Amino acid sequence: MKYIKILSCAALMTGASFGSAFAGCGIESGRISILANDFPALHAVVSKAEECAGGAVTFAKNHTAKHQELQGPALTANPAEYTAKIVTNGSIVPLLTDGLLRPLDDLVAKHGQSLGKNQLITIDGKIMAVAFMANAQHLVVRQDILDKVGKPVPSTYEEVLETAEAIRAAGIMKYPFAMLTKADWNLGEEVVNMYLGHGGEFFKPGTAEASVNNAKGVATLEMLKSLMEYSNPDFLTYNTGAVVPLWESGELAMAEIWGSSMGSLLDDEGSTPAVVSNTVPANAPTVGGGSNPASTLWWDGFSIAKNISDEDAEATFIALVNGVSTEMVKANNDKAVWLMDAYVPGKSAEGVSMVAAAGAEPYPMLPYMGLLHGAFVAEVPDFLQGNESAEQTLADIEAAYTAAAQEKGFLK
Amino acid sequence: MVLFIALPIASVVVQSLFVQHEQVMIEVENCGPFKCETVIQADPDATAALRESAPLGKYNALKTYTNRNHLAFNELGDIWSSSETFFGFISGVYNLPFYKALFFTLTYTFLVAPSVLILGLFIALGVNRLPQLVKGPTIFASLLPMIVTPLIGSLILFWMVDADGIIGATLQLIFNNPDLSLKASAPLTWIMLIIYGIWHSTPFAFVVFYAGLQTVPSDTLEAAQIDGASRWQRVRFVIVPYMMPLAIFILLMQLMDGLRVFEPIVGFSASAKATSLSWIIFNDLFGNAKLYGSAAATSMLTILFVCIILTPVLIRTWRDFNRKGI
Amino acid sequence: MTSSFKNNAPLLTWFATSMVVLWLLIAIGPFIWTVWGSFKVEGDFFSKADWRNAIYGVMTIVETGDSFTGNGYYGAWIEEEFWFNVFNTTVVVFFTVTISLTMGTLGGYALARSGFRYAFWLLILALIFRAMPHITLVSGYLLPFFEWNVWGKLSTTIVVLVAINQPFTLWMLHSFFLNIPKDMDESAMVDGCTRFQAFRHVIIPVMWPGVITTGLFSFLLAYNDFAITSMLLSSENQTMVPRIASFLGSVREQGNVMFAVAAVVSAIVPLFFLVLFFQRQIVSGLTAGAVKG
Repeated sequence: MKYIKILSCAALMTGASFGSAFAGCGIESGRISILANDFPALHAVVSKAEECAGGAVTFAKNHTAKHQELQGPALTANPAEYTAKIVTNGSIVPLLTDGLLRPLDDLVAKHGQSLGKNQLITIDGKIMAVAFMANAQHLVVRQDILDKVGKPVPSTYEEVLETAEAIRAAGIMKYPFAMLTKADWNLGEEVVNMYLGHGGEFFKPGTAEASVNNAKGVATLEMLKSLMEYSNPDFLTYNTGAVVPLWESGELAMAEIWGSSMGSLLDDEGSTPAVVSNTVPANAPTVGGGSNPASTLWWDGFSIAKNISDEDAEATFIALVNGVSTEMVKANNDKAVWLMDAYVPGKSAEGVSMVAAAGAEPYPMLPYMGLLHGAFVAEVPDFLQGNESAEQTLADIEAAYTAAAQEKGFLK
Repeated sequence: MVLFIALPIASVVVQSLFVQHEQVMIEVENCGPFKCETVIQADPDATAALRESAPLGKYNALKTYTNRNHLAFNELGDIWSSSETFFGFISGVYNLPFYKALFFTLTYTFLVAPSVLILGLFIALGVNRLPQLVKGPTIFASLLPMIVTPLIGSLILFWMVDADGIIGATLQLIFNNPDLSLKASAPLTWIMLIIYGIWHSTPFAFVVFYAGLQTVPSDTLEAAQIDGASRWQRVRFVIVPYMMPLAIFILLMQLMDGLRVFEPIVGFSASAKATSLSWIIFNDLFGNAKLYGSAAATSMLTILFVCIILTPVLIRTWRDFNRKGI
Repeated sequence: MTSSFKNNAPLLTWFATSMVVLWLLIAIGPFIWTVWGSFKVEGDFFSKADWRNAIYGVMTIVETGDSFTGNGYYGAWIEEEFWFNVFNTTVVVFFTVTISLTMGTLGGYALARSGFRYAFWLLILALIFRAMPHITLVSGYLLPFFEWNVWGKLSTTIVVLVAINQPFTLWMLHSFFLNIPKDMDESAMVDGCTRFQAFRHVIIPVMWPGVITTGLFSFLLAYNDFAITSMLLSSENQTMVPRIASFLGSVREQGNVMFAVAAVVSAIVPLFFLVLFFQRQIVSGLTAGAVKG
């Protein structure tokens, strides 16, 4: 972790001190201002884009965990505070719904020769964003413990349960499993993953009406509850910040984590060599006889604001294309699972690649998906704590969703 | 100043009465790095036209206040008619998010505020007896829980109460129960939050009371002592009445802050077991959906509760004002 | 006062003292733990294996070769340039306290000396405003601030903090001025002073304890605020508390907790000196001010 920080710091300093020397990228003037989430991979991209600053080109950036709260008002203003927003397939949706993004077809045609076809995110035939990295949740296992109980790496959640039971029965660990089940956005994501793994559909086709109160919904909740039998009773407080240290201290045998956490599990900090050398990424398991892994695919990409001048848009686009250049990938190869051709996948990327290859669904890019996600977060903890039946919980989810969707104008 | 005070409140009131326009949906084909799919998307141009004609949204009167995520009148009626026992009714009501949050918020407020008051008074009395030399450092140390950011104070404690942390492990040892976890059980989480609340707010009461103690007229105390009043009687009949205005001031602030309790729930990751009104607002605003109307309605309801609870104090202030009037 | 009670009940003295000691343990225990832990590595601070590791620093020895390490501090202050946030906090705090005290003193004085009903209603309004959850306000401020191009600036944040702080300041200083006998400035006015001169020569000399106490509470609000500063400041203007929160990581990434811990400890240090410095005034100020509720 520390190395990453140092690296990003170094990159930042080079960017700042040699910025004017490198100025060029073919931009003469314009305003570049980027809003992004706050983690090393995005720092690398934005810092690389910053190299285009200098002369008549002004550059500003804001890395903040509050980017989702700020993006709406910031891009609504005219001119927009930020000329570019680094989005994911989750956070782009409200911007699309409010029509705050600019179609990029002309800019891609003019300046985007270096971008791969798979990087272009098209909405209704128009390119609205350029993706540069992928992420997904997948399983990670401790090979030494699996060997001790004589089990293979589980490929279904049913096998995860069996293996966990075997580990418990052997007296190795009482709570061998963990997933990101903190009762906030994290838990909602696990429900989404598990429901998609069961092959479920969140909405009645062609409408915004939720339909999760069905056999697949019940199976989803029951599976989560069974898994939580093998997770520490504190599971409703488990996010990445809790599970990673737990793994590093050797207290877990199997965990479902983000691909982007693999780097810190495999580095030499915070853990013992015995744990690190036996940490093996695996595909996200399937569930209930489904064929797709119970995980959703995510991409991070950049998009350009609508309420800015064409000149600023062009300058920003060129800078960000530079930000995702081959040079950047080579310098930051292991910070993320990049979508660019220059990327050489390492061990930490294996999990995400497996999930993508196994045909997992991308996280649904529906304008009302966030509302349903929120309803999961609000209602599922009650079920996992054994306060109510699965059917009651699913009915509550639909009721909470309906009230919210009516307020947002998606339902009458 | 009226601008800063009145305008935001007015805008929140207005906001709470409106909902967003009906979204015009269209079917589009989206392609990403993984695959292409046909989905339904909101049509920003069509919606923008609607917004142009009525910028505030669709007038909704008080329906936001009465929907399921707030006062839930319809659901309350259903629960009342469908549940046979009173207990069934209560657990049905508790299943509704607003009432669940209200229940915790009120419990928290009414347990924390009086505890803070009493504890603060006793600590003040105790510190007042200390020799002059150690008083200064003691006062600083006592202030620590208040002067550290709630967000960070609760994080520190959250690390300590972990089942593997110092407090968590000690409690397991005391109760001889290796599975005891403050984070896993709902009642223990409530207790933890309430104790945190007391810990965080007691210094405020302590400082105010300690200051008040310095002004208790010593001749009155001595007179009471000569009349044969015991120590307890002196506290009960001289000090406490003298400090009454102070106590009311503290109570006012504590009740108000209690009703807005928010940071500890986030800091302790306790939202699965305990939610508060402020937490609901936060979730509406910054969660997955931006439900401005909902958040505004909950804010107004919070203010309403604050007003109801503070009415007695307000009446008192009103009388003071009239007395003072020229 | 203490002296008159010396003669009785050693048991009581013992009881009272032990209660204070117990309270002190509860009050400062977590901070001692944090300060100690801030010199360890993350593996020890969390010490999932055994909490006693946090005391002895088992992992710290493995990773750094010593049982204490300044890595957290080095990381926060040098690598992450935390001093920059400290500077921003200083600016925000200084102006917030100065402005809200100036406005609060004048306003509180006016309200205390005015017999009009509107003064009461102003106070009630102020109180209701205080009851409003801050996050509601902030989300309402965002769009206009972006439209006017004032978002992200320290000055905007200062104005908002002052506005949010004003009800409390006003209320407290108002009750403080109520306690200063009316006769004092009225007799000065009889002697030919204007209202302003009376304020300048009579009130100002006696108001300091109240102002300093109120100032301390304003200081704490501005220093500790998270809800407002995290939403209204761009990253180059970020203050300490939101920065510490950003050390803790986001949904998909694990943060660097030890930086946060070291920064937390650093953030408490100036408060220590502040309280030590103003301790006497805090106490006398509260006495004079808040008594009237």
